[in-house]
Amino acid sequence: MNSSVIVFPGSNCDRDIAVALEKMQFKNKMVWHKETKLPKSDLIVVPGGFSYGDYLRSGAIAGKSLIINEVIKSANDGCLVLGICNGFQILTETGLLKGVLLRNKKLKFINKDVNIKVINNDTKFSNKYKKNQVLKINIAHNEGNYFTNSDHLKELNNENLIAFKYCNENGDINESSNPNGSLENIAGIFNSKKNILGMMPHPERMVDNLISNTDGVNLFSSLLN
Amino acid sequence: MKFSVTVTLKENVLDPQGKVVQNTLQSLGMDNLKSIRQGKYFEIELNDSDPQKAEKKVDDMCKKLLANLIIEDYKVNKI
Repeated sequence: MNSSVIVFPGSNCDRDIAVALEKMQFKNKMVWHKETKLPKSDLIVVPGGFSYGDYLRSGAIAGKSLIINEVIKSANDGCLVLGICNGFQILTETGLLKGVLLRNKKLKFINKDVNIKVINNDTKFSNKYKKNQVLKINIAHNEGNYFTNSDHLKELNNENLIAFKYCNENGDINESSNPNGSLENIAGIFNSKKNILGMMPHPERMVDNLISNTDGVNLFSSLLN
Repeated sequence: MKFSVTVTLKENVLDPQGKVVQNTLQSLGMDNLKSIRQGKYFEIELNDSDPQKAEKKVDDMCKKLLANLIIEDYKVNKI
Protein backbone atom coordinates (compact mmCIF):
# COMPACT_ATOMS: atom_id res chain seq x y z
CA MET A 1 0.00 0.00 0.00
CA ASN A 2 1.37 3.43 -0.96
CA SER A 3 1.23 6.22 1.57
CA SER A 4 2.20 9.89 1.52
CA VAL A 5 2.95 12.01 4.56
CA ILE A 6 2.50 15.75 4.05
CA VAL A 7 5.20 17.85 5.70
CA PHE A 8 4.70 21.49 6.70
CA PRO A 9 7.12 23.84 8.39
CA GLY A 10 6.49 23.04 12.06
CA SER A 11 5.28 19.45 11.54
CA ASN A 12 7.01 17.34 14.20
CA CYS A 13 5.27 13.96 14.08
CA ASP A 14 6.03 13.39 10.39
CA ARG A 15 9.04 11.18 11.15
CA ASP A 16 7.12 9.18 13.77
CA ILE A 17 4.27 8.39 11.39
CA ALA A 18 6.74 7.52 8.61
CA VAL A 19 8.52 5.07 10.93
CA ALA A 20 5.18 3.54 11.95
CA LEU A 21 4.01 3.22 8.33
CA GLU A 22 7.27 1.65 7.19
CA LYS A 23 7.24 -0.74 10.13
CA MET A 24 3.78 -1.81 8.94
CA GLN A 25 5.13 -2.33 5.38
CA PHE A 26 3.59 0.73 3.75
CA LYS A 27 5.61 2.17 0.87
CA ASN A 28 5.84 5.70 2.18
CA LYS A 29 6.85 9.02 0.64
CA MET A 30 7.28 12.36 2.36
CA VAL A 31 5.64 15.25 0.49
CA TRP A 32 6.69 18.87 1.12
CA HIS A 33 3.77 21.30 1.34
CA LYS A 34 4.96 23.33 -1.66
CA GLU A 35 4.56 20.36 -4.01
CA THR A 36 1.67 20.62 -6.42
CA LYS A 37 1.39 16.90 -7.16
CA LEU A 38 0.97 13.93 -4.89
CA PRO A 39 2.73 10.64 -5.56
CA LYS A 40 0.34 7.76 -6.25
CA SER A 41 -1.17 7.17 -2.82
CA ASP A 42 -3.72 4.84 -1.26
CA LEU A 43 -3.34 6.71 2.01
CA ILE A 44 -2.49 10.35 2.70
CA VAL A 45 -1.44 11.27 6.23
CA VAL A 46 -1.53 14.81 7.55
CA PRO A 47 0.74 14.51 10.59
CA GLY A 48 0.85 16.15 13.98
CA GLY A 49 2.94 19.11 15.00
CA PHE A 50 2.63 22.86 15.00
CA SER A 51 2.36 23.75 11.32
CA TYR A 52 3.27 27.40 10.82
CA GLY A 53 3.66 27.79 14.57
CA ASP A 54 -0.13 27.61 15.01
CA TYR A 55 -0.28 31.19 13.67
CA LEU A 56 -3.81 32.62 13.34
CA ARG A 57 -5.50 29.33 14.38
CA SER A 58 -4.09 25.80 14.61
CA GLY A 59 -4.04 24.40 11.08
CA ALA A 60 -5.42 27.55 9.41
CA ILE A 61 -2.37 28.40 7.31
CA ALA A 62 -1.50 24.80 6.43
CA GLY A 63 -5.15 24.37 5.41
CA LYS A 64 -4.55 26.86 2.57
CA SER A 65 -1.20 25.47 1.38
CA LEU A 66 -0.50 24.38 -2.21
CA ILE A 67 -0.48 20.64 -1.62
CA ILE A 68 -3.77 20.77 0.27
CA ASN A 69 -5.66 21.35 -2.99
CA GLU A 70 -4.34 17.98 -4.16
CA VAL A 71 -5.23 16.35 -0.85
CA ILE A 72 -8.79 17.68 -1.17
CA LYS A 73 -9.04 16.39 -4.76
CA SER A 74 -7.75 12.94 -3.81
CA ALA A 75 -10.01 12.79 -0.74
CA ASN A 76 -13.03 13.64 -2.89
CA ASP A 77 -11.99 10.84 -5.27
CA GLY A 78 -12.11 8.40 -2.36
CA CYS A 79 -8.45 8.24 -1.32
CA LEU A 80 -8.00 7.40 2.37
CA VAL A 81 -6.91 10.39 4.43
CA LEU A 82 -5.75 10.28 8.04
CA GLY A 83 -5.25 13.48 10.03
CA ILE A 84 -3.60 13.12 13.42
CA CYS A 85 -3.58 15.92 16.01
CA ASN A 86 -2.50 19.03 14.06
CA GLY A 87 -3.47 17.01 10.97
CA PHE A 88 -7.03 16.74 12.33
CA GLN A 89 -7.03 20.50 12.94
CA ILE A 90 -5.82 21.07 9.36
CA LEU A 91 -8.52 18.79 7.91
CA THR A 92 -11.24 20.74 9.75
CA GLU A 93 -9.77 24.00 8.43
CA THR A 94 -9.96 22.66 4.85
CA GLY A 95 -13.59 21.63 5.34
CA LEU A 96 -12.83 17.95 4.61
CA LEU A 97 -14.00 17.26 8.15
CA LYS A 98 -16.71 19.32 9.80
CA GLY A 99 -16.40 21.02 13.15
CA VAL A 100 -13.46 22.65 14.84
CA LEU A 101 -10.88 22.00 17.57
CA LEU A 102 -11.04 24.64 20.25
CA ARG A 103 -8.52 25.36 22.95
CA ASN A 104 -8.57 22.77 25.72
CA LYS A 105 -11.23 23.62 28.26
CA LYS A 106 -8.72 24.08 31.08
CA LEU A 107 -6.29 26.07 28.90
CA LYS A 108 -3.42 23.68 29.50
CA PHE A 109 -1.35 21.78 26.96
CA ILE A 110 -2.00 18.12 27.74
CA ASN A 111 0.59 15.44 27.05
CA LYS A 112 -0.39 12.08 28.52
CA ASP A 113 -1.59 8.60 27.68
CA VAL A 114 -5.39 8.46 27.78
CA ASN A 115 -7.97 5.76 27.18
CA ILE A 116 -10.16 5.91 24.12
CA LYS A 117 -12.98 3.63 23.07
CA VAL A 118 -13.48 2.31 19.55
CA ILE A 119 -17.01 3.45 18.65
CA ASN A 120 -17.18 2.39 15.00
CA ASN A 121 -15.06 -0.60 13.97
CA ASP A 122 -16.75 -1.05 10.60
CA THR A 123 -14.44 1.21 8.60
CA LYS A 124 -11.23 1.05 6.59
CA PHE A 125 -9.40 2.57 9.56
CA SER A 126 -10.76 0.48 12.42
CA ASN A 127 -11.81 -2.98 11.18
CA LYS A 128 -9.07 -4.76 13.14
CA TYR A 129 -10.30 -3.36 16.43
CA LYS A 130 -13.23 -4.76 18.37
CA LYS A 131 -16.27 -2.56 18.87
CA ASN A 132 -16.02 -0.78 22.25
CA GLN A 133 -12.41 -1.89 22.65
CA VAL A 134 -10.54 0.38 25.05
CA LEU A 135 -7.13 1.57 23.86
CA LYS A 136 -4.41 3.52 25.60
CA ILE A 137 -3.08 6.18 23.27
CA ASN A 138 -1.00 9.29 23.84
CA ILE A 139 -2.45 12.76 23.37
CA ALA A 140 -0.33 15.91 23.15
CA HIS A 141 -2.26 19.04 22.29
CA ASN A 142 -3.42 22.47 23.33
CA GLU A 143 -6.41 22.66 20.97
CA GLY A 144 -8.19 19.32 21.06
CA ASN A 145 -11.57 20.37 22.35
CA TYR A 146 -13.84 19.17 19.54
CA PHE A 147 -16.87 21.34 18.82
CA THR A 148 -19.50 21.25 16.10
CA ASN A 149 -23.04 22.47 15.51
CA SER A 150 -26.04 20.47 16.71
CA ASP A 151 -27.08 19.34 13.20
CA HIS A 152 -23.64 17.89 12.53
CA LEU A 153 -23.52 16.28 15.97
CA LYS A 154 -26.81 14.53 15.14
CA GLU A 155 -25.33 13.41 11.81
CA LEU A 156 -22.22 12.08 13.58
CA ASN A 157 -24.37 10.00 15.90
CA ASN A 158 -27.01 8.88 13.39
CA GLU A 159 -24.55 7.95 10.65
CA ASN A 160 -22.07 6.30 13.06
CA LEU A 161 -19.31 8.78 12.16
CA ILE A 162 -17.67 8.93 15.59
CA ALA A 163 -14.48 6.88 15.50
CA PHE A 164 -13.20 7.17 19.07
CA LYS A 165 -14.35 8.66 22.36
CA TYR A 166 -12.30 9.46 25.46
CA CYS A 167 -13.10 7.09 28.31
CA ASN A 168 -11.57 5.73 31.49
CA GLU A 169 -9.80 2.37 31.68
CA ASN A 170 -13.13 0.61 32.26
CA GLY A 171 -14.54 2.19 29.12
CA ASP A 172 -16.83 4.65 30.91
CA ILE A 173 -17.42 7.77 28.86
CA ASN A 174 -18.09 10.68 31.18
CA GLU A 175 -16.92 14.15 32.13
CA SER A 176 -14.09 12.92 34.31
CA SER A 177 -12.69 10.85 31.43
CA ASN A 178 -12.82 13.84 29.10
CA PRO A 179 -9.33 15.40 29.06
CA ASN A 180 -10.02 18.50 26.98
CA GLY A 181 -13.72 19.35 27.05
CA SER A 182 -14.59 17.75 23.69
CA LEU A 183 -18.26 17.53 22.82
CA GLU A 184 -19.58 14.09 23.88
CA ASN A 185 -15.95 13.05 24.62
CA ILE A 186 -15.22 12.86 20.87
CA ALA A 187 -11.57 11.98 20.13
CA GLY A 188 -11.88 11.19 16.42
CA ILE A 189 -14.44 11.43 13.60
CA PHE A 190 -15.02 10.24 10.04
CA ASN A 191 -16.43 12.18 7.10
CA SER A 192 -19.74 10.97 5.70
CA LYS A 193 -18.04 8.63 3.19
CA LYS A 194 -15.76 7.28 5.96
CA ASN A 195 -12.64 7.64 3.82
CA ILE A 196 -11.29 10.43 6.04
CA LEU A 197 -10.42 10.03 9.72
CA GLY A 198 -9.36 12.88 11.96
CA MET A 199 -8.21 12.09 15.50
CA MET A 200 -6.40 13.92 18.29
CA PRO A 201 -4.69 10.86 19.86
CA HIS A 202 -1.43 9.66 18.29
CA PRO A 203 -1.65 6.01 17.11
CA GLU A 204 1.80 6.33 15.50
CA ARG A 205 3.30 6.65 18.99
CA MET A 206 1.82 3.29 20.01
CA VAL A 207 3.40 0.79 17.64
CA ASP A 208 6.28 -0.53 19.72
CA ASN A 209 6.34 -2.07 23.20
CA LEU A 210 9.85 -0.78 23.65
CA ILE A 211 8.69 2.84 23.94
CA SER A 212 4.98 2.58 24.74
CA ASN A 213 2.48 -0.09 23.74
CA THR A 214 1.05 -1.50 20.52
CA ASP A 215 -2.52 -0.20 20.74
CA GLY A 216 -2.01 1.86 17.58
CA VAL A 217 -0.90 -1.06 15.41
CA ASN A 218 -4.38 -2.21 14.48
CA LEU A 219 -5.23 1.13 12.95
CA PHE A 220 -2.50 0.57 10.40
CA SER A 221 -3.24 -3.13 9.94
CA SER A 222 -6.92 -2.21 9.39
CA LEU A 223 -5.81 -0.02 6.50
CA LEU A 224 -3.82 -2.88 5.03
CA ASN A 225 -6.71 -5.30 5.46
CA MET B 1 -7.23 52.39 2.14
CA LYS B 2 -7.11 50.92 5.61
CA PHE B 3 -9.49 48.63 7.41
CA SER B 4 -9.61 47.07 10.82
CA VAL B 5 -10.94 43.58 11.37
CA THR B 6 -11.97 42.24 14.75
CA VAL B 7 -12.51 38.51 15.12
CA THR B 8 -14.22 37.21 18.25
CA LEU B 9 -15.66 33.90 19.33
CA LYS B 10 -19.42 33.58 18.78
CA GLU B 11 -21.56 34.15 21.85
CA ASN B 12 -22.40 30.47 22.34
CA VAL B 13 -18.75 29.38 22.15
CA LEU B 14 -16.88 29.11 25.43
CA ASP B 15 -14.02 31.61 25.68
CA PRO B 16 -11.80 30.30 28.48
CA GLN B 17 -9.09 32.93 27.90
CA GLY B 18 -11.61 35.76 28.15
CA LYS B 19 -12.97 34.18 31.30
CA VAL B 20 -9.52 34.02 32.93
CA VAL B 21 -8.84 37.66 32.01
CA GLN B 22 -12.21 38.58 33.48
CA ASN B 23 -11.56 36.70 36.72
CA THR B 24 -8.12 38.30 37.05
CA LEU B 25 -9.49 41.81 36.52
CA GLN B 26 -12.20 41.10 39.07
CA SER B 27 -9.55 39.97 41.53
CA LEU B 28 -7.83 43.34 40.95
CA GLY B 29 -10.96 45.01 42.25
CA MET B 30 -12.74 45.84 38.96
CA ASP B 31 -16.04 44.85 40.45
CA ASN B 32 -18.49 46.30 37.93
CA LEU B 33 -17.13 44.07 35.19
CA LYS B 34 -19.96 42.31 33.35
CA SER B 35 -18.13 40.15 30.82
CA ILE B 36 -14.99 39.91 28.69
CA ARG B 37 -14.60 38.20 25.33
CA GLN B 38 -11.09 37.94 23.96
CA GLY B 39 -10.50 38.26 20.22
CA LYS B 40 -8.04 39.04 17.43
CA TYR B 41 -7.42 42.38 15.74
CA PHE B 42 -6.03 42.96 12.23
CA GLU B 43 -5.16 46.16 10.37
CA ILE B 44 -5.35 45.67 6.64
CA GLU B 45 -4.14 48.14 4.05
CA LEU B 46 -5.25 47.84 0.42
CA ASN B 47 -4.26 49.67 -2.76
CA ASP B 48 -7.86 49.88 -3.99
CA SER B 49 -9.42 53.33 -4.36
CA ASP B 50 -13.03 52.14 -4.51
CA PRO B 51 -14.12 51.77 -0.87
CA GLN B 52 -16.95 49.37 -1.68
CA LYS B 53 -14.71 47.06 -3.68
CA ALA B 54 -12.03 47.22 -1.02
CA GLU B 55 -14.46 46.42 1.76
CA LYS B 56 -15.76 43.46 -0.20
CA LYS B 57 -12.20 42.19 -0.54
CA VAL B 58 -11.60 42.47 3.18
CA ASP B 59 -14.89 40.67 3.78
CA ASP B 60 -13.67 37.90 1.49
CA MET B 61 -10.39 37.68 3.43
CA CYS B 62 -12.33 37.23 6.65
CA LYS B 63 -14.47 34.46 5.18
CA LYS B 64 -11.57 32.64 3.53
CA LEU B 65 -8.93 32.84 6.24
CA LEU B 66 -9.10 35.34 9.07
CA ALA B 67 -12.19 33.94 10.79
CA ASN B 68 -13.43 30.40 11.23
CA LEU B 69 -17.14 31.00 10.78
CA ILE B 70 -18.12 27.89 12.72
CA ILE B 71 -16.93 29.50 15.94
CA GLU B 72 -16.04 33.11 15.16
CA ASP B 73 -17.74 36.37 14.14
CA TYR B 74 -15.93 39.27 12.53
CA LYS B 75 -16.42 43.00 12.18
CA VAL B 76 -14.87 45.15 9.45
CA ASN B 77 -14.36 48.90 9.91
CA LYS B 78 -12.79 51.48 7.64
CA ILE B 79 -10.08 53.44 9.45
